[in-house]
Amino acid sequence: MQKLFALVDCNNFYVSCERVFNPSLAGKPVVVLSNNDGCVIARSNEAKDAGIQMGQPIFQCRDLVSKHNVRVFSSNYCLYGDISGRVMDILSHFTPEMEIYSIDEAFLCMDGISGDPADYAHDIRHIVKKWVGVPVSVGIGPSKTLAKAAAVVAKKVSRHEGVFDITACAQDILSVMDVADIWGIGRQYSRFLRQHGIETALDLRDADDTWIRKNLKTPGLRTVMELRGISCIPLEQSQAPKKTIVCSRSFGRKVTDLDELKEAASAYVSRAAEKLRAQKSAASFIEVTLTEFPFNQGAPATHIASMDIPVATSYTPELISYAKALLERVYKKGPVYRKAGIMLSGIVPRGRVQASLFHPCHEGPREHVLMETVDAINARWGTGTIVCAASGSNRPWWMRQAHRSPRFTTSWKELPLVKA
Amino acid sequence: MLMAEKTDMRVKEIWGFDGRKKMKIPMFTTGISAGFPSPADDFIDKSLDLNEFLISHPSATFFVRVEGTSMIDAGIHPGDILIVDKALEPNPGSIVIATLDGEFTVKRFQRRAGKCFLLAANPDFEPIEIESSMLVEVWGVVTYVIHKA
Repeated sequence: MQKLFALVDCNNFYVSCERVFNPSLAGKPVVVLSNNDGCVIARSNEAKDAGIQMGQPIFQCRDLVSKHNVRVFSSNYCLYGDISGRVMDILSHFTPEMEIYSIDEAFLCMDGISGDPADYAHDIRHIVKKWVGVPVSVGIGPSKTLAKAAAVVAKKVSRHEGVFDITACAQDILSVMDVADIWGIGRQYSRFLRQHGIETALDLRDADDTWIRKNLKTPGLRTVMELRGISCIPLEQSQAPKKTIVCSRSFGRKVTDLDELKEAASAYVSRAAEKLRAQKSAASFIEVTLTEFPFNQGAPATHIASMDIPVATSYTPELISYAKALLERVYKKGPVYRKAGIMLSGIVPRGRVQASLFHPCHEGPREHVLMETVDAINARWGTGTIVCAASGSNRPWWMRQAHRSPRFTTSWKELPLVKA
Repeated sequence: MLMAEKTDMRVKEIWGFDGRKKMKIPMFTTGISAGFPSPADDFIDKSLDLNEFLISHPSATFFVRVEGTSMIDAGIHPGDILIVDKALEPNPGSIVIATLDGEFTVKRFQRRAGKCFLLAANPDFEPIEIESSMLVEVWGVVTYVIHKA
């Protein structure tokens, strides 16, 4: 049977979330900043028209912001996560199979839809907008790669009203699509392809199979088949456990003091360990990264220390003690630091941890219960309800979020206000 | 809270004071007797879940807090929490959350002689006629009022 996929993509998602609870933002230029209020990571169409670029540091857009009266927000991931969950829940009622591809995108299986798939997609679009208040675009095609290409057209060409089915006109669309814009073709591959005369998506679709297999290997060939309308990349309905877990953040201000760095590292380890336990894994390798402030425009110096963990673990206090030890190894008094990161890898399922002859296992049943309880409490009463004291309480290094909107949907104290 | 046995220790339940997800209250179909294990134990029917009773469309339902007194006669007081369902279409007479001049307002939605109105439930406030030039949108329909007794 011919496969059919839809990619549902939320438009300017973070900005749209802000607008749901702030009607005064309608029609106004709005941007959302990255952690620490550094760069622009989401723009309303009005902000795009004003000339603000994606990824631009906000201090570079000061003039544009004041000239166009752009409303600026810190990222509010509690809100975006909640709204995303609602959108995905609604989408799941429209299809028996779907893949949540990112916080604001999902692939839906459209096999066996009766009637015009575009009509069905318009229904999806209408319901998501009405129920949650977030506008979405829908791209439809016989493969995930084509559905993704269709979604770009759906979003950009206003006369399609947010829905585009590429099935009958793939040739025309692919002939004007840059090869770099194809899902799965990175910047590096596109440079290589261009050197060999492959400029558009159509050029790639019609390329020679043997040449593709030789130069782009199997994944490349899969993409080419997908462009031809043959579905080769199935929906991924369950996420495979991650092989590495990283938690790394820039500080809210300059940090020089070892104790503050230890607090930050402990907080990041706690978060990484929580993720580790959520996927029922344990880590056998830990790495700590410390980044200095760049000096005189040069590349910022980065210091890395790592170690093997004797017996794979997910027990936060144990991981914190390793992180602190590693930090002492890389820390030097003098430099100003702007970022720290933790990476856990060598990840194994928790049930299959190798015991060591020479090292006692720190994570017995008591520790297991303790962590389970802490995770359950934090899940129910909010992140950070219970933390290891090592991760500090004042947290002067914590990220800057000067313009965060209220957590409208996840905190009783921050509900939207209505005038009566 | 913790069921501690020598080898098999596990968390059975975590209790708190302000559960935000589910509040389960066992409903007894017989009277409760204190002291000895009751034969009524066998007749515990099910747990009541307020979410189930108050919310028909969880992904379209939001909570908002009231400021002001214009809806007092409809039983909506300052500080109350309203349950708002965005999936519902407003009918004449529905209490709605509307966006008006860039703010949320709660009023009663009414149609009269081909015109739409937002009506207060307090004689001190004038009705608002919705004209096509105004930026008014019905954001959601109020389904329940949570008022502290």
